[in-house]
Amino acid sequence: MLTLTHYLVLSAILFAISVFGIFVNRKNLIVLLMAIELMLLAVNMNFVAFSQFLGNASGQVFVFFILTVAAAESAIGLAILVVLFRNLRSINVEDLGSLKG
Amino acid sequence: MTWTSLNAGAATPEIFLLIAVCAVLLIDLFVSDAKRHVTYLLTLGALAVTACLLVNGLAQPPQLAFSGMFVQDPLAGVAKLAMVLGAALVFIYGRAYAEARGLFRGELFTLSLFSLLGMMVMASAMNFVTLYVGLELQSLAMYALIALNRDNVQSSEASMKYFVLGALASGLLLYGMSMVYGASQSLDVLTIAHNITAGGANRVLSVFGLVFIVVGIGFKLGAVPFHMWMPDVYQGAPTPVAQLIGTSSKVAAFVFILRILAESLQGFAPDWSQMLMLMAVLSLALGNITAIAQSNIKRMFAFSAIAHMGFVLLGIMVGNPYGYGAAFFYSITYLLTSAAGFGLIMLMSRAGFEADRIDDFKGLNQRSPWFAFMMLIVMFSMAGVPVFVGFFAKLAILKAVVSMGLTWLAVYGVLMSLIGGFYYLRVVKVMYFDEAEDTHPIVAGIDARAILSVNCLLLLVLGLMPDRLMYLVTAAITHSIVQM
Repeated sequence: MLTLTHYLVLSAILFAISVFGIFVNRKNLIVLLMAIELMLLAVNMNFVAFSQFLGNASGQVFVFFILTVAAAESAIGLAILVVLFRNLRSINVEDLGSLKG
Repeated sequence: MTWTSLNAGAATPEIFLLIAVCAVLLIDLFVSDAKRHVTYLLTLGALAVTACLLVNGLAQPPQLAFSGMFVQDPLAGVAKLAMVLGAALVFIYGRAYAEARGLFRGELFTLSLFSLLGMMVMASAMNFVTLYVGLELQSLAMYALIALNRDNVQSSEASMKYFVLGALASGLLLYGMSMVYGASQSLDVLTIAHNITAGGANRVLSVFGLVFIVVGIGFKLGAVPFHMWMPDVYQGAPTPVAQLIGTSSKVAAFVFILRILAESLQGFAPDWSQMLMLMAVLSLALGNITAIAQSNIKRMFAFSAIAHMGFVLLGIMVGNPYGYGAAFFYSITYLLTSAAGFGLIMLMSRAGFEADRIDDFKGLNQRSPWFAFMMLIVMFSMAGVPVFVGFFAKLAILKAVVSMGLTWLAVYGVLMSLIGGFYYLRVVKVMYFDEAEDTHPIVAGIDARAILSVNCLLLLVLGLMPDRLMYLVTAAITHSIVQM
């Protein structure tokens, strides 16, 4: 029998993977964008699980908002990535170093 | 108070601004590059009407709209007026700068206005959904604005960094919100506060969520240890965009924090107070000390902003209307000071010359004694020299901190401000005692010059008569935040 705790643990694991992906990944910016998406999906799972077990629908409504905003967010992220690639000819995280002080 | 009705009238300024942005977007399509000032004037007109609608709403008692998702109260009203003023100053000061760099296009205006709309929604949000949607509307428009100068490597790099860290911050904030939702069984700010005081919320789950919320807030505000995006974004973004981030968006972040921490999670005030105190202590130290090492004035402003946000956090940390009022006063006067600082950088710049090194201000007194004096006012106000408004802002915060019995913290704040005085005074020294390297005359429109002068003199006038503004912000706080 699956309980609320199972869902929360799964979403905590997904969340940890995504945070790890953002901080440890030193290779490719696209992987970073994927980690951000994963993070939002982990949050969504949390909301849906709470919503289901509390019998309160507002969490599921919030999920629709998060999904919509996440779509817009990745569109903007990819657009910035294209602009960056045109200027830098690279999408390697380590090549981002023109701003120092 | 009507809880169930739509009551859309409470959101009149936002609804007007939304229609106005769409109109500006459409009209701009039919305007040639030579006549772009039509868009500029329409934008300023839209801001003026929004400001009038906001002033009109100030007199009304607090009311909820959209089934409690949205609130129109004096706190939101005053904050939104400050944000609209901040955005108007961005356009006025940034006009010549943008024209010289080919950025004077419709995108600058529509994206900035959308960002402003997001900030206004944030300030009025009474539900986690509205808070999140407002925050994202502000951030998404800002990511694109930073990359507006799209052939510039620094600009696109700054945008990418802000995007990744901003998205991370939103993710952390949402994770925290989901935990608070699970514990308190609601997304509504007032219901959450009610459930927490009634003891109906699981404490472990709530505090676990609270940690993530505070971290997310720290990222958005740029407090240490979540500040790493600030210097890069300030340096890489076009100066008008950096100004928008450094002025209006800070006030929006302040109200956002009050809505989440002071209104919905007031029941956990001892917990978040500790976390904010830690962030404030670190921000004050790192911001002021690292700023000394900077040679780029925009980077220096970023570190100085980190230190100023430390002061704002000190005020919020106090956790009573007195502290919130002091922090609100600080945010609004910082908006004016920082806008003037960025305005002066843009005044000095011209095509192909950013004027963003401290050395570019060498001998400004020989080139333009008046604007050297204006810069002196800005620097003294930021440093907190008496008679300028920055002094009273710091004093109010320190008084609130002392009233809480944390005298050591107030002493620490004063010591850090003294360290901060060094780098502000260095700019003054460079302007008055060094030889000018750059002898170009300062060219700027009469409108930018006049409004910049008024803005700087206002720092002096408010410093001489801070009571009016102080009374206004304190009244806005006490009439807005219900449960204390």
